[in-house]
Amino acid sequence: MLKKKMLISTLSAVALALMSNMSFALTPEQQGLEISKEAKQRDLGWVDSTADMLMLLRNKQGQESIREIKIKSLEIDDDGDKSLTIFNKPKDVKGTAFLSFSHPVDADDQWLYLPALKRVKRISSRNKSGPFMGSEFAFEDLSSFEIKKYSYKYLGDEKVNNLESFKVEQYPVDENSGYTKRIVWLDKNEYRVQKIEFYDRKSALLKTLTYVDYKQYLGKYWRANSQNMLNHQNGKSTELKWNNYAFKTGLKAGDFNRNSLKRVR
Amino acid sequence: MLLKNLAAMILLLSFGATSAEFEVSGKLAVEQRYFFDSALYTEQLRHSQTSILAEPELYWGWNDGNDTVIFKPFYRIDSQDDERTHGDIRELSYIHAGEDWELRTGIRKEFWGVTEFQHLVDVINQTDGVEDTDGEDKLGQLMLNLSLVKDWGIVDLYLLPGFRERTFAGENGRLRAPIVVDENNVSYESSAKEQHLDFAMRWSHSIGDFDLGANWFHGTNREPILTPDQDGDKFVLKQYYNQMDQLGLDVQATIDDWLYKFESIYRNTNDGNFWAIQAGFEYSFVGVFDTIADLGLLMEYSWDSRGEGDLIDPGAGFQNDVFFGSRIAFNDMQSSEFLMGFSTDLDHSATSFIIEANRRLGDSFKASIDVRLFQSSDLIEQTYAIRNDDHVQLSFEWYF
Repeated sequence: MLKKKMLISTLSAVALALMSNMSFALTPEQQGLEISKEAKQRDLGWVDSTADMLMLLRNKQGQESIREIKIKSLEIDDDGDKSLTIFNKPKDVKGTAFLSFSHPVDADDQWLYLPALKRVKRISSRNKSGPFMGSEFAFEDLSSFEIKKYSYKYLGDEKVNNLESFKVEQYPVDENSGYTKRIVWLDKNEYRVQKIEFYDRKSALLKTLTYVDYKQYLGKYWRANSQNMLNHQNGKSTELKWNNYAFKTGLKAGDFNRNSLKRVR
Repeated sequence: MLLKNLAAMILLLSFGATSAEFEVSGKLAVEQRYFFDSALYTEQLRHSQTSILAEPELYWGWNDGNDTVIFKPFYRIDSQDDERTHGDIRELSYIHAGEDWELRTGIRKEFWGVTEFQHLVDVINQTDGVEDTDGEDKLGQLMLNLSLVKDWGIVDLYLLPGFRERTFAGENGRLRAPIVVDENNVSYESSAKEQHLDFAMRWSHSIGDFDLGANWFHGTNREPILTPDQDGDKFVLKQYYNQMDQLGLDVQATIDDWLYKFESIYRNTNDGNFWAIQAGFEYSFVGVFDTIADLGLLMEYSWDSRGEGDLIDPGAGFQNDVFFGSRIAFNDMQSSEFLMGFSTDLDHSATSFIIEANRRLGDSFKASIDVRLFQSSDLIEQTYAIRNDDHVQLSFEWYF
């Protein structure tokens, strides 16, 4: 009797173990997606944000050039974000501004304001792979992260920046992307991107981006104070320094149209 | 109570002080032109023309940038042409932005349209003709502009008091007709002359891949009718500005790497009416030839119902003309750019060719080289008058 009872409980334990094992037996693709979804989920609800960005461009000889940019963003439910990018330096492009309505899958809508001509120009958003302001950042490196932009594969765990991290491969869905894949490391504690490797169209390692000095805002949203992009193929690098991050500042959809594009500073 | 009020006032003042913003920026430039051929008309400068120009901008912004005042004077001193030595207030305006409206008051510039080689619908500002041959430099226009943002587009209403005469090269200048335009011999159709109150409205909207604009202008025609007249023993061109009503339409479709552009106008005056079209496309190659450079190819076509003119009635400048252009952006640290354009009249012999190249030097300087070549063997073409004015221009700009 006792034996029978034990047998049953052993059997049920085995069955339970099997069952739970099955429910956790996600494919690496599913795991990669789940990790990315969690990272995105943790960064939702910031409503709007403003920040100042300083770009330091360095070539192999160590020559530097500065870009000073202000960015205003508005979170849009069930669509990509709206953003305004305002150029302050170099001085010859001061007053130039860029308006973007991003979409997860469809092409983004983008307008450029040229202050000397007072002209607003709708521009093609196909240029994702081109350099942003002569830097090592491509336009696509600066656009908002959306789940639908990639397919995923979980590669395992690794320690990066002294933090236990998930290592996930991302394959761009858009054929206009300059990359065949990105490898992203997200720390297990907070799901913050710690490092990204970019692989070019020939699948060779092109660039590495590292995130430094994360700070938390509103008790929830993590933003790195600094990002370093190193291009392995041409030896150039670009450092991004972020200042004056602010969230829930009261920006509205009306702050992101062709009129505000002409006025904004 | 008094103390409380005082504290509130101090708080308000200090808030006002921290949120107000004042900025000075602008540019200074030196330009050197060299004309390859000798002058066609006796008084004209021989080969070399030097110019310096200043265009500072003063900006005040407060109330989170919802209230702004901008002052942008401009002055050019030319070594050869007295008419090219000139100043203008490009901008002196106050803008107040509400939630879904803006009121813009003062001297300003407004651009309408989508095409690159000719700007048919763009009629708010007068052309500052002595600046360049492309007609893209404009004189400041006094206006009251109410802009309303609606779900169905942006509506702009303009009241435009005060008219500006076009600027033309003087006796000593190149790039002009055989006889000079007399700046003192100006007449108007309206009895109010340059005080005529003009009115304009524009609707513009983006629907998916399409950017649309429709506008109506009622007032003094920015394009003068030039007719020969005698000033003492000299022949000059006198200017006559009639009244016009112009309906304009502009459309751009942005589909993948293609930009399709279309502009059309219908203009009605007491001296006749016409309609005209400027249409074409722009295609971009991103990362061309395995580099980080972008190559843009442009083609546009002009048509005008006035057709080709004759010696008595000059007709339209661009009535059956085709334009080609290519633009290379090198996407380097210095933002180097190279632009080439070619236009030709399909009815007459008249072609022009331009090259523009520029790059940044350091953080606040920019160097440019422009080449302009004109060729025509047809007397009625405007290009014929400037067929000897092929030139290269070097310019050096300092931004502060």
